[in-house]
This record gives sequence, C-alpha cells and structure tokens, in this order.
Amino acid sequence: MNKIPNRQAICEALLAQAAHDKELFVLCSDSRGSASLAPFAERYPAQFIEMGIAEQNLVSVAAGMAACGKKAFAASPACFLSTRSYEQVKVDCAYSNTNVKLIGISGGVSYGALGMSHHSAQDIAAMSALPNIRVYLPSDRHETRQLIEALLLDEKPAYIRVGRNPVEDIYSETGCPFTIDKAIWLSGEGKKVDIALIACGELVKPALDAAGILEQKGISASVLDMYCVKPLDRQAVIQAAENARAVLTVEEHSPFGGLGSMVAQAVGEACPRRVKNLALPDSPVITGSSGEVFSHYGLDKAGIARAAEEVIACAAY
Amino acid sequence: MMEIQELKRLSWELRRDVLEIIIAGGGGHIGGDMSLLNALLVLYENHLNIRPETVNDPERDRFVLSKGHSMEAYYAVLCHRGFLELADVKARFSKLGSPYIGHPNNKLPGIEMNSGSLGHGLPVCVGMALAAKRDGRSYRVYTIMGDGELAEGSVWEGAMAAGHYRLDNLCALIDRNRLQISGGTEEVMAHEPLAERWAAFGWHVLETDGDSILALDEALSRAKRLKGKPTVIIAQTTKGFGSPLMENRAGWHHHLPTAEEYERIKADFAAGQEADTVDE
Repeated sequence: MNKIPNRQAICEALLAQAAHDKELFVLCSDSRGSASLAPFAERYPAQFIEMGIAEQNLVSVAAGMAACGKKAFAASPACFLSTRSYEQVKVDCAYSNTNVKLIGISGGVSYGALGMSHHSAQDIAAMSALPNIRVYLPSDRHETRQLIEALLLDEKPAYIRVGRNPVEDIYSETGCPFTIDKAIWLSGEGKKVDIALIACGELVKPALDAAGILEQKGISASVLDMYCVKPLDRQAVIQAAENARAVLTVEEHSPFGGLGSMVAQAVGEACPRRVKNLALPDSPVITGSSGEVFSHYGLDKAGIARAAEEVIACAAY
Repeated sequence: MMEIQELKRLSWELRRDVLEIIIAGGGGHIGGDMSLLNALLVLYENHLNIRPETVNDPERDRFVLSKGHSMEAYYAVLCHRGFLELADVKARFSKLGSPYIGHPNNKLPGIEMNSGSLGHGLPVCVGMALAAKRDGRSYRVYTIMGDGELAEGSVWEGAMAAGHYRLDNLCALIDRNRLQISGGTEEVMAHEPLAERWAAFGWHVLETDGDSILALDEALSRAKRLKGKPTVIIAQTTKGFGSPLMENRAGWHHHLPTAEEYERIKADFAAGQEADTVDE
C-alpha cells in the first residue's frame, strides 16, 4: 500500500520546479503542515509566503503576486478555500484571470470525524460554476505529479482537490498516460460493456476495484478516471456512454453540481442512457474516518459494484 | 510633475468628463467619483510611473482601484492620460458588449485588476507589494478604498499582512467622504477612531484634506519617504465635491442627474473653477 498522499506528491513536484524556477511561489494559511508543504517552506523560504489563518487574504495575495508574473500556488484546506475565499477566487482569480493554482487539501470527507465544517462536499459544484476556473481531482500520486507538472506550464487559474490520506496507486512512476484535460481509460476503452463507471479523485480506485468484482459476476464494465471534472472530457464521457447500457458516476461530493451532474448533462444531451450518480448525501455526513464514511454510503468497491448491478437491472435494453 | 494650478484646472475639466460619461451611459456612482477624483488625478499625474507605453513594464508602479464603483472618475483620468479615448468611452459606456463597464475591467489598457466587490484591492496590492519585495524591485503599489468599504473583514486581513511584512512599498488611500449608500458611515458602521485602528495594524497613518490637490500631492510625496511600514492616507473628502447640489448627500451615491440637475451641476463646476482661478 502506497504511503504517500497526493498532497505530498504536489510538494515534491513543486520542489522540483522551484529548483530552477524563481517565479514559483507557494502561499499557505497556517496550512504548510497539513498541505505537506513544510519541506518547501524550509528549502525555499524566499518563495514561500505564510498568510496566517486568513483564507480570503491568501487568495487575493496570491492573485496580486500572479498579476506581477508569479506562478502562485495557494494551499489551504478545501473546506475553507472553496467557501471562505470563494469570492476572492471568483473576482481575483477567475475574473481577473490570474495564474493562481488553488490547492484544496484534505478535500471531501478527508477530515472524517471533524464534522461538516471541515468537509468540502460542495467544492466541485462551487468552483466549476465560476467561468475560467478549471477543476481537477487527481486519483493517485503519480497522476497528481503529472497534473501539477502540466499546470505549471500554463498561466490560467485552476482548482485542484486532493485528499488527506494516502491512496493506493493506480498508475506507476512511468505508467500514467497523462494528457491534460483528457480522461484516462482504466479499462474497457472502445469495448461494448454493460456499464461505464466514471469516477474522480480518491474514488477512482474503488471504482476500478468494483469493475473487478463485476467481472467475476460476468458483468463487463469500462472505467474512466475523470480527474478533469472541468473541463469535463465530454468526448470520453459520450464514448463511454455510447458503448454501455448504463452509466454510473462515483464521487466524494454532494449529489448536486459535481461529476455526476456534469456527466448526466453530457449524456442526456448527446446519447441518452440511464445514469446513476453515487455521491455523498445531501446532509451532514455520518461521523467516522473517510474510509468508514465511504463504506457507509456505498462509495467503496462493494457498494459501487452493488449500485452498478442495480442500475443495469433497471436500464432499458 | 504637473503644477498644482494646472491640476486644479484639470480637476474641473475631468469633473465635466465624469458627468458626461454618466449621462451618456445612463448611470454611475457620481458622488464617490467626485470625492475620489482629485486623489486619482494627483496620483496619475505626479506619482505613478504608469503611462500607456509602460503598461507591461515590470518596473511600473501598480494601482488597483478597490472602490471600483468610482469607475467613471477612473475613466476620466485614464482618458486624460492617454490610455483610453474619451469619445469612445462616452459612446459605449455601459452599452451592450462594451468593454467600458461600471467597474474596472483589466482587459482595458492600464487596468491591472478587476474589482467591483469591495475589500479586494488592498489584499491584492499586498500580493503585488510582496512580489516587488521578493524580486528586489523598486516599484510602488497603490490602492484607493472607500470608507464604507472598510467594514469588509478582508480589508483588515490585508492590513494585518501588510503590517506583518512591513510593506513600505505599499500605500493605501482612503476616500473618507463619510457617506455610504444608506447614510453616514458612523451611523451605518462606525470606523472611528480610524487612524488609531490603522496604526494598531502596523501602518504609518497620514491624514489630509482629500479635496485639496496640494494636500494630496504632499501626502503622497511624504508616503514615499516613510519606511519600515506601509502607509495609509486618510483623505478627508466631500462626497459629490464640486457641486453643492450633490455635496454631502448620500442620495447622490448613484443618482443619475435629471436634465435640470445636469445644467445646475455644470454651472456649479464652472463657478468652482472660477473661484479657483480667483484664488490664484
């Protein structure tokens, strides 16, 4: 089991960049530890800015630095970054079009038992609704690293959500077929299948595992890693839907305005199929570790496989 | 550097431009435009090193209009300084598809950042000033805020960080006209003791007559010499300055002058200019 959380992969990518790029700046809101960015602060103090517990200021200051040519990475818990500083993201990043990469750490229900104040089950919906903001939820550390390396090459704002805990590897050091804004087929590309599983972030791995369970039961599934929630890889979504009897989306998010909503919108417009969205409930989630919470709401591999069977059973032939 | 008398003459000319822009566009924030105009004018004429040919120069000073709703005054100054064409602004302000909207639009030359929502300019300028410090560049960073705007918590997050990082390349000017849309600032949400509040956040505090071009020019010059901390200039101004019809009346925050009021305001501006000339 991999022990490196995605947030640490971000730090490693930024450390590698900072070695030759003095325009890269990292800003934190008393969050360098929880963002795994303490090594960056120690090694490149001249390129690190501590903003204190002030998420609004964090984002505006990052935007001001970006307006002066800096590549600003602002890291803060996703729960605060996507709500407390939402207007700063809207006006100073999205609207003013500044090169700020917003790193939402400990996203979704990573903070488990800390309660709804610390959960960010709304961040995909919130951030995606802002014009000019891209939204990424990488699935493992290798994809995370490649995503950060790709985002270092452009000058537009983006929101990246990662979880707190290490997640199992899906890819290998050299085995992540990454192209920015293109979903990655993990299985079933181009094949006629019973169900298409489309997932993002930490739930890609359980979705992939669910496909294995389904296969043993004689149910074929394709699996798409839709780390690029916005811009959604619409072409891949439609291809997946066209080749499947039904579509199941899986995400660590509210049932509203997240990956499932976007996939349903695309599928409904282009190639209607039955679409089921697996997500967190529209209520404060049950107390527990994120793994326990996922299992409780059927967001683990068994729950995903079960939901897939259910949606196939009622899908039109 | 422009002489004070010439700036005074220009101030009246630009007041007329503001009025024409507002009438042409069918709306605007005339009260705050008038209280802010002299500060903008003095800043652009005598202090900022920003010209149309230097808008991409890394060494240019940075300015962010935090009270973005005073955009008509900003248009008048940007037009006068050659960034924009006044005739074009008047023809298209607030019209369908126009880039000349009611708040700063950074797709226009010379405008660094979009604003409109209050409490953004200072924090953004903190980022710009930090960038200058980390780069070892000598440019200065300026923002103008309204006084009603100071109720926004984000202003104080920015103020705290500017004090913490001792950003003496940052100067914030407060258009202290004491009125906001609902009435007097001290009734809506009190700011006094304002100077003490800024000082407590680690700022040099200058208080000046914000309707006086000479006083503003001196304060901005003095701010450049103050080291070790950021500087705030509390500019005591008159909302609607230049026409007794508008002066110190909250209702003129964004009132569109009627035809009769338009004539009256123009006459008041002419009388004001005449009085300035006599003073010479």
